[in-house]
Amino acid sequence: MDSTIIIEKSIIILVVFAITMLMAMYSTLAERKVAAWLQDRIGPNRAGKGGLLQPLADGLKLFSKEEFEPDTPNRFLFFVGPAVAMSTALMTSAVIPWGDRFHLFGRDIILQATDIDVALLYVFGVISVGVYGIMIGGWASNNKFSLIGAIRAASQMVSYEVAMGLSIIALLMMTGTLSLREISAQQPGMHWNVFYQPLSFLIFLICAFAETNRTPFDLAECETELIGGYHTEYSSMKMGFYLFAEYANMFISATILAVLFFGAYNYPGMAWAVENWGVNIANVIGIAVLFAKICFFIFFYMWVRWTIPRFRYDQLMHLGWRILIPLSIINIIITGIVILRAEIAVYLGF
Amino acid sequence: MSIETISLSGRKKVVSNKEMTFFERMYLIAIVKGLMITIKHLFTRKVTIQYPEQVREMSPVYRGQHQLKRDEQGRENCTACGLCALSCPAEAITMKAEERKPDEKHLYREEKYASIYEINMLRCIFCGLCEEACPKDAIYLTTSKVLVPSSYEREDFIFGKDRLVMPLDIAMQNAQLKNAN
Repeated sequence: MDSTIIIEKSIIILVVFAITMLMAMYSTLAERKVAAWLQDRIGPNRAGKGGLLQPLADGLKLFSKEEFEPDTPNRFLFFVGPAVAMSTALMTSAVIPWGDRFHLFGRDIILQATDIDVALLYVFGVISVGVYGIMIGGWASNNKFSLIGAIRAASQMVSYEVAMGLSIIALLMMTGTLSLREISAQQPGMHWNVFYQPLSFLIFLICAFAETNRTPFDLAECETELIGGYHTEYSSMKMGFYLFAEYANMFISATILAVLFFGAYNYPGMAWAVENWGVNIANVIGIAVLFAKICFFIFFYMWVRWTIPRFRYDQLMHLGWRILIPLSIINIIITGIVILRAEIAVYLGF
Repeated sequence: MSIETISLSGRKKVVSNKEMTFFERMYLIAIVKGLMITIKHLFTRKVTIQYPEQVREMSPVYRGQHQLKRDEQGRENCTACGLCALSCPAEAITMKAEERKPDEKHLYREEKYASIYEINMLRCIFCGLCEEACPKDAIYLTTSKVLVPSSYEREDFIFGKDRLVMPLDIAMQNAQLKNAN
């Protein structure tokens, strides 16, 4: 029994890892394609059919590039930076419920690497460790631009984590659990959290953009001011790791958005599908639905990138500390009043 | 009518610094509007020309590689007067004149000819002023789509008579065509 669980979990972990890598890989192509389309161009279409092999060509190019090292006193940290960024980007996917369950070989297989009670806290923890990858890289580069980029990234991510955490609290007051599996199970059909917590969703969305360092919050690597930001001094596959980690982060944050607010793998008529077509088929559709939602959010990231210009740094801090945080606290209060309205009415003697 | 309100182009707009309302300051509607504008471009016709397969149509007044012409008998028209070099705004043309020997009458039309005629293709801007200046119909900018080939050496971009003069067989073909007409 124990060995079967280990095999089952190993397979799930491998598949999730592969899918995360694949999605990150093809996000790079999608980014270039969407950018091109939104600018009335065609985009990369020479490598493979319609440019499908472009990510492989890019990877090959990065591997064969010269590995340049700046004259840095912190050679060890210089290597650790990209590794931390990459590993934290991949760690988050462990707690995501990709689907409800499969019924195979007389066993229920839960489509999740691990179902821990504090899944959401774990995600937040890992994301905040992700700052260190950028911070260490920028520090060890021994370059002013890298350092400024790293400091900007760090202060931005720390500020927006506060608003992000507070916006989630309103959601957690409703769900009453931190387990992502239970949160997804609480949103059957079209009872998605976004309809009950629209303000929380909006704040979370804005913070997710800031956390992944995407436009309009890409001050950490704004080319016009900082050359390349924290990865100015990086070359070859170390640079590739940073870029890859960014896309993996984007995939993960799109997944979290879909799971927390857009009903995860749930779709209207899932209960009917389970009854009539069986658990397996219903869940295959569920996984496809989840990925459709994820792809939409990834597209949304790219769509916004070519719409909204970059914030100025003081505007960024103003938005984070003086608008989003008070707004999320107000949201918590309103949620609390709505949840406890019966008790409050009794207390006030109505 | 005061001078501030006159608009000859009809597009004059007075800058307004009015205070934004609360909803305007949230920018949410503005952002949604912006998103709608960008998404429209997803479905517009793409302007890219897939170069090696598709070739952009050339202008009818396209000016390409220079050529030094020969007349119907295959003699070079150029008399090395230097007007092309004088008219060249980029100073790309240099030449050296020589007197025609009696046994070279079949090679050069005039009594004086250019023994060296060089155009520096790194300087040339293909304006066609040399063609306009030439009194002997000697230099023309062709419609050839073969552009100056790339090279590692600067010397390779200085085109001498070997690359500029019209090949003899083509001159003879042209003469035959003209006679036939």
